Amino acid sequence: MSFWKIAWRNMQQRALASSLTGLSMALGVALMILVIVIHEVTVEQFESDAQGYHLIVGGSSGGDAQLVMNTVFHIGSPPYPIPYRYYRQFVDGAYAPYTKTAVPYCIGDSYHINGSRFRVVATTPELFEKISYGANDDGSDKRYEFRAGGRNFKADHFFEAVIGSVVASKSGLKVGDTFEPTHGMSATGDKHIDFKIVGILKPTGTSNDRALFANMEGFFLLEGHALPPEALSADEAAAYKPVGSIDPEDPNRGFGPLPESQREVTSILVLCNDDIGMMTLDHKINKGKDRTAMAVKPGYFVQDMLDNIIGPIRLVLLVLTILIIVVAGISILVSIYNSMSERSHDIAVMRALGASRAAVMGIIMVESILLSLLGGVAGVLLGHAAIGLISPMIEAQAGIVLKFWQFNWQESLLIPGLVGFASLVGFLPALTAYRTDVGRALAGGR
Amino acid sequence: MLLLKNVRKSYREPNGETLPILDIPRLALAAGEQIVLRGRSGCGKTTLLNCISGLTTADEGQITINGTDVAGLQEVARDRFRARFIGFVFQTFNLLPAFSALENVVLGMTFTGQKKDSVRAEKLLADVGLSHRLTHKPAALSVGEQQRVAVARALANQPKLLLADEPTANVDPAHQQQVIDLLCSACEKENVAMLLVTHSREVSDQFARIEQLEQINRAVQPATT
Repeated sequence: MSFWKIAWRNMQQRALASSLTGLSMALGVALMILVIVIHEVTVEQFESDAQGYHLIVGGSSGGDAQLVMNTVFHIGSPPYPIPYRYYRQFVDGAYAPYTKTAVPYCIGDSYHINGSRFRVVATTPELFEKISYGANDDGSDKRYEFRAGGRNFKADHFFEAVIGSVVASKSGLKVGDTFEPTHGMSATGDKHIDFKIVGILKPTGTSNDRALFANMEGFFLLEGHALPPEALSADEAAAYKPVGSIDPEDPNRGFGPLPESQREVTSILVLCNDDIGMMTLDHKINKGKDRTAMAVKPGYFVQDMLDNIIGPIRLVLLVLTILIIVVAGISILVSIYNSMSERSHDIAVMRALGASRAAVMGIIMVESILLSLLGGVAGVLLGHAAIGLISPMIEAQAGIVLKFWQFNWQESLLIPGLVGFASLVGFLPALTAYRTDVGRALAGGR
Repeated sequence: MLLLKNVRKSYREPNGETLPILDIPRLALAAGEQIVLRGRSGCGKTTLLNCISGLTTADEGQITINGTDVAGLQEVARDRFRARFIGFVFQTFNLLPAFSALENVVLGMTFTGQKKDSVRAEKLLADVGLSHRLTHKPAALSVGEQQRVAVARALANQPKLLLADEPTANVDPAHQQQVIDLLCSACEKENVAMLLVTHSREVSDQFARIEQLEQINRAVQPATT
């Protein structure tokens, strides 16, 4: 009969105590799994969200955080906008030589359904054509794709839009449906005229899954989005063309494009030609005389945030979970140690049957290891089950996609770690077994 | 098969004085022989068995079993020797409650360093009439059945010597004879020498060879009655 089986039988004999100590270990390990996996996925998420372009350019009145959180993660109130003509500098102006692609964002509207609020981002079709999100395992760029039957919105179809996968699942909106953006972030804001959904993005695992993307041309034409006419110069006012009659066959519903002088954008995603271009643009925007806007490197910002905020939080959580596991380990020690007096007789019997001191010590150690291992394995399963259970909620709330089977390499250290730890906590009761006075224990009876 | 020569054992009392427990000039047992050591409580019966089995070391003297001086062996070797050559039947049977009847017998084979033989364990249990109780745990067995499992376990490793410590003390008088018959017949069948210690005259009188422990152990005063 193997020591494992003897240890297993001993555990069965004390089923309740063994189950409770195993459970405490399982909970500790499950918490650690949650911390490890959620942190990894969060980091991955943050990093991939901020990939695909070099700079975010936006109004200098707000800070880096406001600009990045708004543009990348669709969180918080938008910074003050910058003139459209600033954006044009990246297209055909002073910044164009360093720019590969510049995608403007107009942020400020929202869409509310079933108690959820989603950000409406007005942009150009280039967002999905020229910007990637993260990288595949082979190093290639991840490109936005649309679900079957869908497509990108067209630049000259002002009232077309595409929506993220989470928005689609939460709202039930389909290709061909329409939605009415709400002005501002409040659910009670005025409703704008509707946009037609022409595509649904395949899940990207980024915050863009939780946003609706409207054609910027249509956005400019919505009430309250254009600069008032008095802000126009005399020439611009002369060129201004009032809205004509609405033609149902006209995808632009009779509207012409809003004059550029009446336009503003919230931020610009800038994909530079190369790293030198990025540094040049960064310097020109942030150090130049024109302080209309500022440029932020999102990757740096996110890394900074991970290092200085998420990292320490994770460390604290890991220390807490390690403490929980240590407490669970001590409970194993106490449980086995307390049982030693009642088991001294059994140990003495085994010694009488020929078990050496080392053998009875080994059996107790194996019991400690078995208890920790079973608790640990249960904890790993429990942790992943919890991940699977909370995954939809986290995905809906934060756009972070967690999978039940999402394993982290650090988890593979858990098992050998637990074996070592169990050997440590099992040593004291094992030593008691080693020192059992056989004659006295046998004379004592059960 | 078993030879004790000038075996002495004493314990140190809390006040520092030495209390002699055993002082046996000579005791011999031939292969397959059955002997009863009779003695009152406190005359060193259990200590003697512990010394013979190597659970306790004698202070002096020679204990030879099957040609091996047990007293001269290191502890690990003694443990291995005990597992291989000595069977134990205790007063309280001492079956492990977490294990089934069969597992208790197999457990007796675990520490020999040899291959476990569950077929033999089953056969031993069948020989003592327990083939239908293999998977039952001690709590589900009657006192008589527990004692039979204990006998089967003691014989599991085909020992040369079986030590029985008051094997009938916890058995009601009606079943004492059954236990003695079982031990004797099992030892005869397996050709195992048996050293049985008891304080019971009824038990000892059934054996051909009876030694009064007070007479061979010079550390204790002879009984007055």
